[in-house]
Amino acid sequence: MITDTKTDSNFDVSTAEINKYDFRNEEKYIFKARKGLDEQIVHQISDMKSEPDWMRDYRLSSLKIFNQKAMPKWGGAIDLDFQDIYYYIKPSDQQGRSWEDVPEDIKRTFDRLGIPEAEKKFLAGVKAQYESEVVYGSLREDLAKKGVIFTDTDTAVREHPDLVRQYFSTVIPNTDNKFAALNSAVWSGGSFIYVPPGVSIEFPLQAYFRINAENMGQFERTLIVVDEGAQIHYVEGCTAPMYSTESLHSAVVEIIVKKHARCRYTTIQNWANNIYNLVTKRAVAYEDATMEWVDGNLGSKLTMKYPAVYMMEPGARGEILSIAFSSAGQHQDAGAKVVHAAPNTTSQIISKSISKNGGRSSYRGLVKVEDGARKSKSNVVCDALILDPQSRSDTYPYIEIAEQDVTIGHEASVSRIGEEQLFYLMSRGMSEAEASTMIVNGFIEPLVKELPMEYAVEMNRLIELQMEGSVG
Amino acid sequence: MISRTGEMTDTLKITNLHVNVADKPILKGVDLEIVRGETHALMGPNGSGKSTLGLAIMGHPGYEITSGSVELNGEDILEKDADERARSGVFMAFQRPVAIPGVKMADFLRHAATNIRRPDRKEGEDLIPMREFRKELREKMGQLKMDTEFARRYVNDGFSGGEMKRAEILQMAMLKPKFAILDETDSGLDVDAVKLASQSIAEIGREKMGILIITHHDKLLEHNIPDKTHVILGGRIVETGGPELAQELHQHGYDRIRAAHPEAAAEDDKMKVEAAAAG
Repeated sequence: MITDTKTDSNFDVSTAEINKYDFRNEEKYIFKARKGLDEQIVHQISDMKSEPDWMRDYRLSSLKIFNQKAMPKWGGAIDLDFQDIYYYIKPSDQQGRSWEDVPEDIKRTFDRLGIPEAEKKFLAGVKAQYESEVVYGSLREDLAKKGVIFTDTDTAVREHPDLVRQYFSTVIPNTDNKFAALNSAVWSGGSFIYVPPGVSIEFPLQAYFRINAENMGQFERTLIVVDEGAQIHYVEGCTAPMYSTESLHSAVVEIIVKKHARCRYTTIQNWANNIYNLVTKRAVAYEDATMEWVDGNLGSKLTMKYPAVYMMEPGARGEILSIAFSSAGQHQDAGAKVVHAAPNTTSQIISKSISKNGGRSSYRGLVKVEDGARKSKSNVVCDALILDPQSRSDTYPYIEIAEQDVTIGHEASVSRIGEEQLFYLMSRGMSEAEASTMIVNGFIEPLVKELPMEYAVEMNRLIELQMEGSVG
Repeated sequence: MISRTGEMTDTLKITNLHVNVADKPILKGVDLEIVRGETHALMGPNGSGKSTLGLAIMGHPGYEITSGSVELNGEDILEKDADERARSGVFMAFQRPVAIPGVKMADFLRHAATNIRRPDRKEGEDLIPMREFRKELREKMGQLKMDTEFARRYVNDGFSGGEMKRAEILQMAMLKPKFAILDETDSGLDVDAVKLASQSIAEIGREKMGILIITHHDKLLEHNIPDKTHVILGGRIVETGGPELAQELHQHGYDRIRAAHPEAAAEDDKMKVEAAAAG
């Protein structure tokens, strides 16, 4: 049964909207591992998934690396007790192929979040992950016939072992950072996508990640391989209800974009304000391939996320568009990383951040051009909008250039909502709150117009919710 | 006020208005009454307080009212924020409107028109239906000889001087205020553009508005013959006449006025020195 945190029948529409994502289900799980992290837990996860030995060994070696690695010394303050987290919760004993197969309470959760409706309207395939496991998955038949694989990563390990083994952990090794090591040890769920050469998927594929339990850690693992000349747009959304203690979301996303292929990965995250969102996302792009990250970060207590593109061969392109919105008690440490490892590679980073009610947004970005990556071009634009004097914005741009023959641009701006802009809009009948929202929506418009229509509407709506009560 | 036909006529009445900007007195007792349907011209040398009067009436937070009142049909609007003043029917076409990057003209106008037409609308409530709004917007843009592409541009962002002024007139046409203040809507426009602006304002004003035209020239007045012309000097209105006064000032400047009102002229000189010192 759905336990709504709001039971008052008189609450107004705006309150109901704010709480759209903030509802909890009673915990009815097939299996819930005990709290804490050690070899036994890792074995348990591997057992539950009946994994091949290579994956079990990989998990165990990753756990060792996790234990040895120090916490990152930069970014935000992480105050987490790793022994006070549930690392694995299995909500259902099977994955639904049709919506009817999904257990009733979970189905209602995703109904409330609008997932099946969205699928009917504009998606080519959907995965819905609840706690540790994907509970629902579908892919349009015509795409399956063309050889497209869209499944959860656990199933992929069982059903496409050669393909997974060929690419898994090649873009982000478990030694990359502490949280990548943690994910590698306890990962569960996530999407595996393979697009065969020349296949172009017109509609987006979508995954939806939902944390329900308190003190839960969600560690999905996504691997996308876009073969030569293929095209794909993948979209993910994430939400969780609000609890009094922190939960952890630590995903790893690896993407391989081969010659002449194109991949766009769009994320809109709207976590509750007590989620640590520590994610490693990286793509490699080969000859004339294009990789685009579109990344919207709302909510969470701390987000540390820097989608990366490594341009490995001539003509590769990387583009990263990111928005961060931070409010009271939130720190968004977000940015981007581009590595030019071949000649004639091009990258663009556009970052927009908004801080209000004492929130803190930081842009942290790296542009690296390796020796020999001649005629490479990179352009970075980061704009920050600060809504009140309590809020804060920082910019940490790192540039490492080992090649002379390159074109690098960097622009940064910080602005406050101007009195003149507010007055202008108010003189046209807009209330102060409406005027502020309009200015903020205008500020992020360059990113929003890149989103699929439904997401653009959702993004504007989320901004409006974030803006409520920000004035006066 | 009751008109000849016996119906209530809207009145904007400014009484003994004193306004400070950055703690410096700029307006020092302005009296002015406009009845809806009338056109008034407000003229005066640079820095004499013309724009200040407009911005103070509209409710700019940087303009501090130290005494006096601004009443719309007997109700003092000085306690109201700019949005409430706009919703009660007051409009100002700005001399230098600010850009709102990322906000499309059409979206902005749809929000504005909805709010003005439904003054009790709360944020988030329905807007004017899209079809109805588009039809009206296209019509008005046609009258102003504006390309429909204009509606998709961001508000004042990268607009030329002429485009900005036309956009302001378009807003006036869409919002149909009871009273409109036009702050140097002719400045920065070439002869043809001023002519078009003048005609457009006359056409829009025919829907019975009270109009206060702030200007240096008589060109904008060609199609908008003022019922009254006011001359402001040193922060006060020193003379009020008919259309011939506007013509005189346009042709001969302010020498006669300065000579006739030496105190106000001295006040005006003092304000200019202060303004120059302030940078």
